[in-house]
Amino acid sequence: MADEGRVGISTDAAPQALRPDIASGRRRLPLAWLGTVPFFAYAIAFLFVPAGAVLLGAFQDKNDNPTLANVRLLFNHPYIDAYKTSFEISIVTALIGGIVGLFIAYAAIREGTPAWVRSILTTFSGVAANFGGIPLAFAFIASLGPLGIVTVFLKNQLHFDLYGQNFAIYSKLGVEITYMYFQLPLMILVIAPAIDGLRKEWREAASNLGAKQWQFWRYVGLPVLMPSILGAMILLFGNAFAAYATAYSLSSGSVNIVPILIGAYYSGNVLDNPHLAQAMAFGMFAVLALMMLIYIPLQRRAARWAK
Amino acid sequence: MGYLELQNLHRDFGTVKALNGINISLGEGEFLSLLGPSGCGKTTALRLVAGFDRPNQGRIIVDGKDVTAVAPNKRDMGMVFQAYSLFPNMTARQNVEFGLKIRGKSKGDRAKPVDELLELVGLSHAVDRYPHQLSGGMQQRVALARALAIQPRVLLLDEPLSALDAKVRVQLREEIRRIQLELGITTLYVTHDQEEALAVSDHVAVMYGGVIEQMGTPSEMYTAPATPFVAEFIGTMNRLDATVVDGGTGEVEHAGMRLRVDAAQGRRNGERVLVLIRPESLELEAATNGGAPNSFVGEVLTQTFLGPVTRVKVTGSGTNLIADMSTARAAALPVGARVSAKIPSEGAKLISLPDDGPGLPVLDPDDH
Amino acid sequence: MTLSAVIWLLLGAAYFIIPLFATLLISLKSTQTGKCCTAHNYGWVLHNGDFWHTLRLSALLAVETIVISLALFVPTIYLIHLKLPRLRPVIAFLALVPFIVPPIVMVVGLLRTFKGTPDWFYQKPYGFLAASYVILAFPYMFFSLDAGFRSIDVHTLTEASQSLGAKWPTTLFRVILPNIRSAALAASFLTLAIVMGEFTIANLAAFHTFPIFIQFVSESQGFPAGALTLMSFGITWAAMLSLLLVGRKRGARGAVIAGAR
Repeated sequence: MADEGRVGISTDAAPQALRPDIASGRRRLPLAWLGTVPFFAYAIAFLFVPAGAVLLGAFQDKNDNPTLANVRLLFNHPYIDAYKTSFEISIVTALIGGIVGLFIAYAAIREGTPAWVRSILTTFSGVAANFGGIPLAFAFIASLGPLGIVTVFLKNQLHFDLYGQNFAIYSKLGVEITYMYFQLPLMILVIAPAIDGLRKEWREAASNLGAKQWQFWRYVGLPVLMPSILGAMILLFGNAFAAYATAYSLSSGSVNIVPILIGAYYSGNVLDNPHLAQAMAFGMFAVLALMMLIYIPLQRRAARWAK
Repeated sequence: MGYLELQNLHRDFGTVKALNGINISLGEGEFLSLLGPSGCGKTTALRLVAGFDRPNQGRIIVDGKDVTAVAPNKRDMGMVFQAYSLFPNMTARQNVEFGLKIRGKSKGDRAKPVDELLELVGLSHAVDRYPHQLSGGMQQRVALARALAIQPRVLLLDEPLSALDAKVRVQLREEIRRIQLELGITTLYVTHDQEEALAVSDHVAVMYGGVIEQMGTPSEMYTAPATPFVAEFIGTMNRLDATVVDGGTGEVEHAGMRLRVDAAQGRRNGERVLVLIRPESLELEAATNGGAPNSFVGEVLTQTFLGPVTRVKVTGSGTNLIADMSTARAAALPVGARVSAKIPSEGAKLISLPDDGPGLPVLDPDDH
Repeated sequence: MTLSAVIWLLLGAAYFIIPLFATLLISLKSTQTGKCCTAHNYGWVLHNGDFWHTLRLSALLAVETIVISLALFVPTIYLIHLKLPRLRPVIAFLALVPFIVPPIVMVVGLLRTFKGTPDWFYQKPYGFLAASYVILAFPYMFFSLDAGFRSIDVHTLTEASQSLGAKWPTTLFRVILPNIRSAALAASFLTLAIVMGEFTIANLAAFHTFPIFIQFVSESQGFPAGALTLMSFGITWAAMLSLLLVGRKRGARGAVIAGAR
């Protein structure tokens, strides 16, 4: 984009000088495009080529010949189990995190709650949604691990042995509970503007027309929020599905979810078939694409009144 | 006893007395406008009637039954809000039938009244559109039909036209009145637009500071304002501070000038009064040498073209006056011209000064 | 305030506070006796050479990532607002892709693509890792800067500047940049938070950044790890508060969702 300004000005003296904006706009167009080249070059080099490499690599064997063997392998043990676990963790935390987050956000925004509650909640959510990975895992081990503060408290004070109940922080349930720490605030941040959009007049009009509170939510509140709720939940799903560090640290890499399995092929010494890791990465793409295929018609249906 | 009674309603928000003793009695099928500037308490009063808010004191009675403590969803009151109150996820038809659906009416039972209402408000062609596909005026028509669908005991309208264009506003207010008369429904209408209130109502109550300043028919409000506030708020009014000098002949003094005002007859000498003159009853003429009786002499300050009428501002002897006259006649009185303004001794009204404080409208016995 | 609102908010508050409180208690326990309370663990962290080494590395990586990202995005978004509005959806899409692609997938692709490139790039955190982190910063850079540019009148500012005789670098650096400063700062703080917590790419590409150090400590030294966790939380907290402070005008809205999962 180097010298566009100078070039533009020097050509302005042309016959069309009466309308310099048009004249310079035409002349400068190619140069303006040139200004975006670094961005595009970067996106291609570090985004598209690597993404293409994953897609391509998933269908290649050790000698770079085309094969379906890697992808076929995904449907076998233990890979298919990893996808199942990943999917289950993601869907459970998206649904429960979504619903609970909705209630918390609504509690903070609804009439009667002082305004400072909301601004505190938003600030804390901003921090918590960004507080993931290793430190988060440690915080939950410190709370609900075998020697965690909460575990010990329950055992000593309430005589409730959490780990005697088949619970473990490095289990699937433990991972889900930990993920809630960033899923809930993410839901709160994303859904709050939509709740703001619920007008007081709608509630009053419904009440005026004879509706009880649940009828307002059944016929007006939830249908109006639904597109935003669905959008937020798909975001939560993707968020949990992509998570690696938290589960890795919680379980020292023992929870059988897809990102950890992929990671094992690199950080472990099993580097003999990187194409399998690429196939697993491709499989994550496929699951996310599948979710979008379910999500888009749902979303369209929920938002048909807004078109 | 009226069909809708508001008895001694009080509502405080902290230290602010939003309503400070409101009494209204409205007969069945009547149309009352609550008129006043923002913050006067008119919307608070309406929300109390709807049940969205509870009074600190006082009662609301509909058809002989005390509804003060009844929940809004059991009051059977149809309400039209300022704007954006339609449920965005429902079509016009679904919005209108919502109240019937809630009341457990079957789809078949709902169809006919809903169709009729949509036709009544002139929206038969747009029944399947969603609110965001309707213009502001159309949205308010749907809101009106929706409020009427439940056959409410009282129809409540909270500045329903304030968000609309001037032209749509005039058109729709006439339709609201037509429909109200056709259905004979008791109606409470809140507005800050005095022209609107005068145009559509059986009765107008002007509110200020949480109390009703004056209540009466539109023509009473216009021709006989009882308080300086009402005089100021309704229409344009020339106001002259004056003192009664002769209660027998009805002479008052203003700025060293003596004027004859019939309404001053019988007043106590020395009483301070406010002389009120509508701009259209002030007569302007080019000033001749000798001042005409009961006239001011002044100079034309500005002329404002208002279509068939031109508003002329005259200044002289420390007094500003406004006169409305036909545009053709105003052309003869250009800015800077010396004019005499004749105070009509019959058309002018009087209000005693100082007033006796808010809440006790000062009624002028001569005006009735 | 209704009872149900209070209950939901208390539930949310408990979920937020209990893990942090537990971490605080752990961090105050003595490594020798296992009893409360001692500040010894914090001393251990502060006297640990690897702590300072990895913290410095991550901080420098964050700065490098921010500089490269701003250099890529500011001119690009300036141009799409000034001259190439039709290009906006394309750029928006490209900038959002890293939001959809899990980092674990990204790192697999990056490792495959750049394997065999010169050591000064592939083997160095300031090469490979920073380059990858710029991609992670894409969505936040775009959201913030796009909103920032939208809130100023780019056309008028540019024309006014040029009519006064300014060349384009003067226009960009003296007129445009000061006006989008808060948006650029918001994007920078988000990027800082991401880079300071990023584990996935660093772990798979085997670079010893700050989060890797925390992981190493938490595997081996329980109580000091508590202290370290709280410090890391403090960094996130500081970045987010700075973001809120600079983003109060606008630009930061909707962009407060990052992630170092």
